[in-house]
Amino acid sequence: MSRCSIRRTAVAALAWVVCGWVVAGRAYAQEAPPAHAEQPFDYWSMVFVFLLATFIGIGVIRRVSRLLHTPLMSLTNAISAIAVVGSIIVTGSDYPNEIRLLGVVALFASMTNIVSGFLITDRMLKMFKTTRREEKK
Amino acid sequence: MTHSLVQFTYVVATALFVFSLHWMNDPKTARRGVFAGVAAMLLAVIATWIQPEVVHHGWIIVAIIAGFVVGIPLSMVPLTAVPQRTALSHAFGGLAAGLVGTAKYYLWLGEGGAELTAFRMTAIIAEILLGFLTFTGSLMAAGKLQELKWIPQRPVTYPGQNVTNIGLLIVAAVIGIMLIVSPTAAWAPKLFPVVIGLALVFGVLLIIPIGGADMPTVISILNSYAGLSAVAMGFVLDNKLLITAGALDGSSGLILSIIMCRAMNRSFANVLFGAFGQVQTAKQLGEGKVYKPETIEGASQVLEQANLVVIIPGYGMAVAQAQHKVRELYDQLKKRGVTVKFAIHPVAGRMPGHMNVLLAEADIPYTDLVEMGDINPDMPQCDVALVVGANDVVNPVARYDKTSPIYGMPIIDADKAKTVYAIKRSKNPGFAGIDNELYFSDKTWMLFGDAKKVIGDLVKQLTDSGGIH
Repeated sequence: MSRCSIRRTAVAALAWVVCGWVVAGRAYAQEAPPAHAEQPFDYWSMVFVFLLATFIGIGVIRRVSRLLHTPLMSLTNAISAIAVVGSIIVTGSDYPNEIRLLGVVALFASMTNIVSGFLITDRMLKMFKTTRREEKK
Repeated sequence: MTHSLVQFTYVVATALFVFSLHWMNDPKTARRGVFAGVAAMLLAVIATWIQPEVVHHGWIIVAIIAGFVVGIPLSMVPLTAVPQRTALSHAFGGLAAGLVGTAKYYLWLGEGGAELTAFRMTAIIAEILLGFLTFTGSLMAAGKLQELKWIPQRPVTYPGQNVTNIGLLIVAAVIGIMLIVSPTAAWAPKLFPVVIGLALVFGVLLIIPIGGADMPTVISILNSYAGLSAVAMGFVLDNKLLITAGALDGSSGLILSIIMCRAMNRSFANVLFGAFGQVQTAKQLGEGKVYKPETIEGASQVLEQANLVVIIPGYGMAVAQAQHKVRELYDQLKKRGVTVKFAIHPVAGRMPGHMNVLLAEADIPYTDLVEMGDINPDMPQCDVALVVGANDVVNPVARYDKTSPIYGMPIIDADKAKTVYAIKRSKNPGFAGIDNELYFSDKTWMLFGDAKKVIGDLVKQLTDSGGIH
């Protein structure tokens, strides 16, 4: 049952991304702004995003089952390894090598967190059951 | 066009992260949450990688492979080592944030410093302070949890500790403000490493006064810091995905710390300013008090005849790796028609939810794991409370003795059960350094020894006396 819902989630997410790419591609194909258009540095909108995301986070986390606090922590750990995004930019851009080297270490650290965080969370969650495996149910 | 693609993918990734956490509200849907998280992360990585400014791929691939090589073994650790692993990954998270902040500062400085606006500089300073203090602080916490020999286990305190710590933080903040005001001054690139150094030292100083029993709170706070450093990175890089994902992590750490604080009756400010873990002068109970030891045979007979047995696990169960033996005991008692429940205190163990994971590993259905608040009303009906390596969380002193360091901490009402059996490794007091009044109560009987061995003996006794079946 859960396998089926996982597949459904995957398909839905993929469909969303593909649709979005197509729409975005069509909308921007004609305009074709310069690839590196200088975005205005709008920090107030970032503060708003931070505030709202924190409230959403608090709302969602408060409802997490107390049984699952350890897996929750390893899952959020993996999620905060989103620092991988910054690390990739620093590592892969055409920067001086010393700076890129810092990026490599950061990328390695984030990647370790992503891999171990998600794997161990799943490993722990597999153990939570309502019935025993020996029982025929 | 790439810009829109990337941004759109980031939006989807953010939504998936929120769903991922949302699904954690029930063990039935939780695994879906992991899947959503993986999908979101994959999208984020791909979307970042395809950006036009990412032109060098060799190092990225090497670092990713190295991450897998280290990450896979790290995910295979025994579940008793999960707190250490978690602390270690907070350290990695902090390190990544700190390094990216440092890289960006020197990069923009090298380009003339026009990009180093006051806002960005503030974000960079926040990022490196949070990142590097999380790095060393979490490494220390992991070392303490792993019980490395060269890291003191007991809280290290000295006079003026808080003054030193706060003074250090103020110095770092002052230098930080100087850098924010004039990021391109001649002395700026030299002072920048000083801030890093101070953050690294501060992380160590923050953790050394902390004892094992406070670890659940500390790990939660470090979790929050790791998330906030990712938020700061988002501000530096003008990247909203980093901000949202970091904020989710930050708020998760915040909520867990609040829950842990409440479960220990500590104020949040008290914990945040590192005043916790101070050595308390233990108040010894009267000399005349003696433990009453009980034999395995006697205990197993009483257990057998009980209607409701409540098992109260603590860190001692994790240390002794006794969870599988506990499961065998659970099976034996269930077979005899005894109702067995587990009473879980929020701070039992070394991280939030630690006991639940260990018992789930031993294949005990999570429906029999009951929270403190739900089990306490049933405790007067409980025939036997079996305390397995728990101490402070069942100490009745917390209810009335205002001089006790654990006064006011909500406890599991083991003393209200008809009979109490406490399994204890030694006669030493628990982590808070205080004697447990429960052990001297009229209805308490002690079973001294390693938790795994004692429970193993109980199981053996029950199996032998129970005959076939």
